Amino acid sequence: MSETKKPAGYYLRERFMPHLWCAGCGHGTVLNGLVRSVDELGLKKREIVMVSGIGCSARMAGYLDFHTLHTLHGRALAFATGVKLSRPELKIICPLGDGDALAIGGNHFIHAARRNIDITVLILNNRIYGMTGGQYSPLSGCGIDATTAPYSSIDEAFDAVRLATASGATFVARTTTFHVHQMQQILTQAIQHKGFSVVEVLSQCPTHFGRKNGGLEAVDMLKGYQQNTAPVGSKKLENSPDLIPVGVFVDEERAEYCDRYQGVIDRAQGGAAARTAPVGQGGAAAQGGAP
Amino acid sequence: MSNATAGSPASGTTPASGPATTGTTPASGPATTGTTGRTLCVPGNEACAEGALYAGVGFFAGYPITPSSEIAEIMSRRLPERGNRFIQMEDEISSLCAIVGASLTGSKVMTATSGPGFSLMQEALGYGIMAEIPLVIVDVMRGGPSTGMPTQGSQGDVNQVRWGTHGDHSIIALTASTNQTLFETTVRAFNLAETYRTPVVVLYDEMLGHLRERLSIPEPGELPLVERLRTGVPEGVDYHPYLIRDDGRLPMSDFGGVHRYNVTGLYHDMWGFPSTDPHTVDDLAHHIYDKIELRADELAQAQEFYMEDAEIVFISYGSPARTAHQVVHQARMNGQRLGLLELQTIWPFPARMVRDACRKARATIVVEMNMGQMYYHIRNAVENPRSVFLSNRVDGRFITPKDLRRVLRIVEGQGE
Ligand SMILES: Cc1ncc(C[n+]2csc(CCOP(=O)(O)OP(=O)(O)O)c2C)c(N)n1
Repeated sequence: MSETKKPAGYYLRERFMPHLWCAGCGHGTVLNGLVRSVDELGLKKREIVMVSGIGCSARMAGYLDFHTLHTLHGRALAFATGVKLSRPELKIICPLGDGDALAIGGNHFIHAARRNIDITVLILNNRIYGMTGGQYSPLSGCGIDATTAPYSSIDEAFDAVRLATASGATFVARTTTFHVHQMQQILTQAIQHKGFSVVEVLSQCPTHFGRKNGGLEAVDMLKGYQQNTAPVGSKKLENSPDLIPVGVFVDEERAEYCDRYQGVIDRAQGGAAARTAPVGQGGAAAQGGAP
Repeated sequence: MSNATAGSPASGTTPASGPATTGTTPASGPATTGTTGRTLCVPGNEACAEGALYAGVGFFAGYPITPSSEIAEIMSRRLPERGNRFIQMEDEISSLCAIVGASLTGSKVMTATSGPGFSLMQEALGYGIMAEIPLVIVDVMRGGPSTGMPTQGSQGDVNQVRWGTHGDHSIIALTASTNQTLFETTVRAFNLAETYRTPVVVLYDEMLGHLRERLSIPEPGELPLVERLRTGVPEGVDYHPYLIRDDGRLPMSDFGGVHRYNVTGLYHDMWGFPSTDPHTVDDLAHHIYDKIELRADELAQAQEFYMEDAEIVFISYGSPARTAHQVVHQARMNGQRLGLLELQTIWPFPARMVRDACRKARATIVVEMNMGQMYYHIRNAVENPRSVFLSNRVDGRFITPKDLRRVLRIVEGQGE
């Protein structure tokens, strides 16, 4: 782990502690990794806007000393799009729950990815609805016990990495709260990446997921992350394809949305350069707006 | 501000030529819309868009829906010309959310929609009320419920605007009956949104939205513009985003600026941090309600035509007011003492203005394109509710002078 220059407390609103997360919850580990990444990148607190939805994960916003916007369940990316497009120089980070991001917020998620707008999304995937008391989520998958799946869930799960990739995200990664060093590295890369970046972090919920599924405690769940994952592209994964791949899946450059919009402004204002510039359209990095 | 204006026989035959109702104090900044000072012949939706541009809208997010789409189309062309931004979102939910985000960065923001889209916006509208975000939302009303009649007018969303989002709250909603007043109403909507840190709805029917008529765009400075009140708290000193000043206002600080704070749709304290403390909750609940409801008289705006000695009073708003105006004007030629109170502020309900207008009248006829959504509020406001009648149409057609004269005859006991 790279050295932090400032104490973590510098980034926190300690006035609002203690936090509301349960003992053993993984969300605090993600907050820790995020703060260290921000510090490593040397970002100023006033350059960052954290936009969250509703859920346990969303409460992260309140504890961080950035500009923070705690919004509606599922809608964080829609609010974030408005902030980013009107002030493109700001860094936007969105910590979302799995239900928040991919159930009620699924449509906003795929469209923000499609636009490749420069927003960093953290999906804190605890495979359960934590805030509302343990109902199943679109990332629970089959065979999970939840308060709304007393006979075990029959819904297939999304693969958040493949969904983000197919939707057009230009940085896509998965990590876990066990892999704290990798998590911090990935978060740093994701925040640095210009474009829509998605980091799925498997984050344990002993209270609601663990208790209902074999009485797993936080430590058991962390061990599970250690044992059931393998680095993407590794021999280990090749030999055991049932393991959950972790690491960076996509890291590519494509014209970013706010940059493209600058091209719209240039064309609307009728600059000579603007009139001859190609109109941006899907894919190719060379096309789209002026930088 | 009540700007009721007495009608006189000289004041033209349609409300279009009626007197302007906005104040005359000078604008706080020049408006550069490229059209200022010109006279155009445009549909109502364009008048609304021009009003927004004059007011200084800097961000628009929307999703296409008849009969409001022209507003988004105009914004997509005009905003980037001024270096501002437009985005077509994936739905109306995200459209309203996006303008909240943009407003927090310091822009004047707007979205436009119609019934089905307005229904989708209700949750985020409540967020705007709770977090006290200046927003302008245009609802061009079409027939409902559901997909209803996309291309026909209605005034069916009047009560939805008031109570569509859950929980106790208040809201400002304005309307107009001509392109000129719609332009001014839209400017006023931005001014009120900034003054009271609240969403303001501009509500008008499809007939007006698509009615092409004259619009004179004022010169910059002719209409007053309210700019955002920003905090004077310097960097390094605690800024409380939800600490109410003695005058009831809450100065803002732009995201990206020197003050970092939390914004939430949960009940919150002066820091913007979630709270369930009963005093904090009670104070905030009253604040978001009272800041509008206690100013109902101040916010009430209407035009009066021949009201001085009217024995029978029409109360109307939006395009049906045009019909009522014509009937009143012609009746006056025949010596009949009819008058018209045309409401331009719908919410908060201008109860005192309505009560005063009806006090001396033998009968009051409410003219609207719905099942009596204003009628019931008017009955509640007047001293003699049994003297209030409803003349309405819900078939998507314009209310005609003949429709009104028929009701008049019945009220007068003359039969059809
Ligand atoms: C429109 C709406 N529907 C439902 C809810 C209730 N609700 C709050 S949080 C939540 C789900 C939380 O789960 P997740 O998003 O996975 O985040 P977590 O709490 O597990 O971090 C739900 C359903 C809500 N607040 N708003």
